[in-house]
Amino acid sequence: MSTTPTPFAANATDYKIPDKVMSKINEIASQYPEKNSAMLPALHLIQDEFGWIPPSAVRQLADALDTTPNKVYAVVSFYTMFNQAPVGKYHIQVCRNVSCSLLGSKHIVDHLTSKLGIQPGQTTENKKFTLSLVECLGACGTAPVMMINDTYYENLTSGKVDEILNTLA
Amino acid sequence: MNILLNYERNGDSHTLKSYLKRDGYKSLSQLKKYQPAEVLEEVKRSGIRGRGGAGFPAGLKWSFLPKHTEKPIYLICNGDEGEPGTFKDRVILEENPHMLIEGIIFSSYAINAAHAYIYIRGEYGFAVRRVQAAVKEAYDAGYLGKPVKGTKYTCDITVHQGAGAYVVGDETGLMNSIEGKKGQTRNKPPFPAIEGLYGCPTIINNVETLASVPYIIENGGANYAKLGTEKSTGTKLLSISGHVRKPGVYEVVMGYPFMKFLNEYCGGVLGGRKLKAVIPGGSSTPVLRPEDCENMTLDYESISAAGSSLGSGAIMIIAEGTCMVKTLKVLTHFYHHESCGQCTPCREGTGWLNKIVGRIEAGQGTMDDLDLLTSITKHIAMHTICPLGDAACGPVDSFVKKFRDEFVAHIELKKCPYNSTFTRLQERV
Ligand SMILES: Cc1cc2nc3c(=O)[nH]c(=O)nc-3n(C[C@H](O)[C@H](O)[C@H](O)COP(=O)(O)O)c2cc1C
Ligand code: FES
Repeated sequence: MSTTPTPFAANATDYKIPDKVMSKINEIASQYPEKNSAMLPALHLIQDEFGWIPPSAVRQLADALDTTPNKVYAVVSFYTMFNQAPVGKYHIQVCRNVSCSLLGSKHIVDHLTSKLGIQPGQTTENKKFTLSLVECLGACGTAPVMMINDTYYENLTSGKVDEILNTLA
Repeated sequence: MNILLNYERNGDSHTLKSYLKRDGYKSLSQLKKYQPAEVLEEVKRSGIRGRGGAGFPAGLKWSFLPKHTEKPIYLICNGDEGEPGTFKDRVILEENPHMLIEGIIFSSYAINAAHAYIYIRGEYGFAVRRVQAAVKEAYDAGYLGKPVKGTKYTCDITVHQGAGAYVVGDETGLMNSIEGKKGQTRNKPPFPAIEGLYGCPTIINNVETLASVPYIIENGGANYAKLGTEKSTGTKLLSISGHVRKPGVYEVVMGYPFMKFLNEYCGGVLGGRKLKAVIPGGSSTPVLRPEDCENMTLDYESISAAGSSLGSGAIMIIAEGTCMVKTLKVLTHFYHHESCGQCTPCREGTGWLNKIVGRIEAGQGTMDDLDLLTSITKHIAMHTICPLGDAACGPVDSFVKKFRDEFVAHIELKKCPYNSTFTRLQERV
């Protein structure tokens, strides 16, 4: 019988939340009636720092917010924006919902998969690109839409996708 | 008529300077003339119904707060905007944040809120930064953080960024999210007005609802109520997308004829194709056929008479030539993905809906599957803590009912009768 590796099995000492980020987290926590409200803002800061939420950071955050790693991890795994594993330098997220589908998001995805040589959910070998499919991004009027890291790219065509990829070093 | 979009889209409408030029924050100096109860009364008189989807009268909701409480009262502005097809709050957040802030100050005053939170969906990073900058401008100018001129009331606002979860748009999920928990929804009662954020009385309203309040105060609730229809007062932001020539966000006075809106404001169906279907109020609202929409007007009562709902005002246009089974598959996938998992009927049921629609689409369905779909929705709807389960059923029931022939065709032909992928992107006219 195989066992599923728990997210806490990884090397805990690899990632330390920098003091600067930690003091920002503490500052945010002090602005809410309950410290725990700093959870999402803190996880955003941690992801900005590492590109994902490493298990050791989960532990440090739990200590800072007087909660348990278990509860932090419950939050990390609940929200789609938090990456539970490292992603490429550019995380491409293509909307797969109705308006984007109606206007050809499938062709955009096909174009990306053939161009990058990966399927949705995968990362290129050089760790440059991760491709994901996501639900409605709230930009349906300018469909099809994708996000790369936190920037929206709208009214996409295959040609436009090529142009965008060319600007990414 | 533009109340919420009362600016030129010239790139600086989000600044305090631009808002002041449009007489923004003007009525704030009049606040001292009103008691909180009087502000509430104006909002009641305006008849404005919540713009987040449910259409609950805002003034009535506010009056559910306990009259006496030792606990602080909170106001939450719901900017989670996760309902597929909806992108109207984004426009207010990005282009007119000060109108929202002014609306929040009035509303907080009316309900005597100690603190207001603006919750913005995680993906809207740009909107978050815009609103944060506007909040800072409002603090620097003394509209926030200091007693409002002539009163003892001080309003504070915190901007809170979400992290991607549709269910968090539900009011109780949103409160859990601000508390730093999983965004699962809570049982009601207790209702948020009695026990909400941090266990305290809380009012939660949509961005568009709160941004309409300055106009209501400035012009009086009675004048606002003159706009629109008897049961749908005021203007509504409509975000229209899909197979339409000029998609985007439009503000219309409620009661405007739908077909006229589609053809005159929005340039009609993309590529001059025939209209096949309309999802009138966001992905959770039942789909309509063109004949249902012929005499429909854009207001709560007319759309519900047509068999659907105005919802969040998110209109999705579907042109002839589109596979409705495939369209439904996109939606069942969505609800299955977004179910928060705590109620069995929703967690399991949405999975089954998705599986069955998927196999019909793939040409492997049977006629029994059609009955199975409606039987599953009966077991989900009204059997869950929050309305996400019901939201998943609306599209399934209506697609199967209104486009039954297409489901049957997939089953009989054992394949999709349409081109197997969606029509290729057409360049806009
Ligand atoms: C699954 C689900 C998602 C929702 N998403 C949103 C949303 O994104 N924005 C919103 O304003 N209301 C949303 N709502 C409705 C809220 O629960 C609530 O009714 C609304 O924010 C109240 O504001 P209003 O009365 O001004 O409309 C959602 C409800 C459910 C059940
Ligand atoms: S459907 Fe793609 S952004 Fe809404």
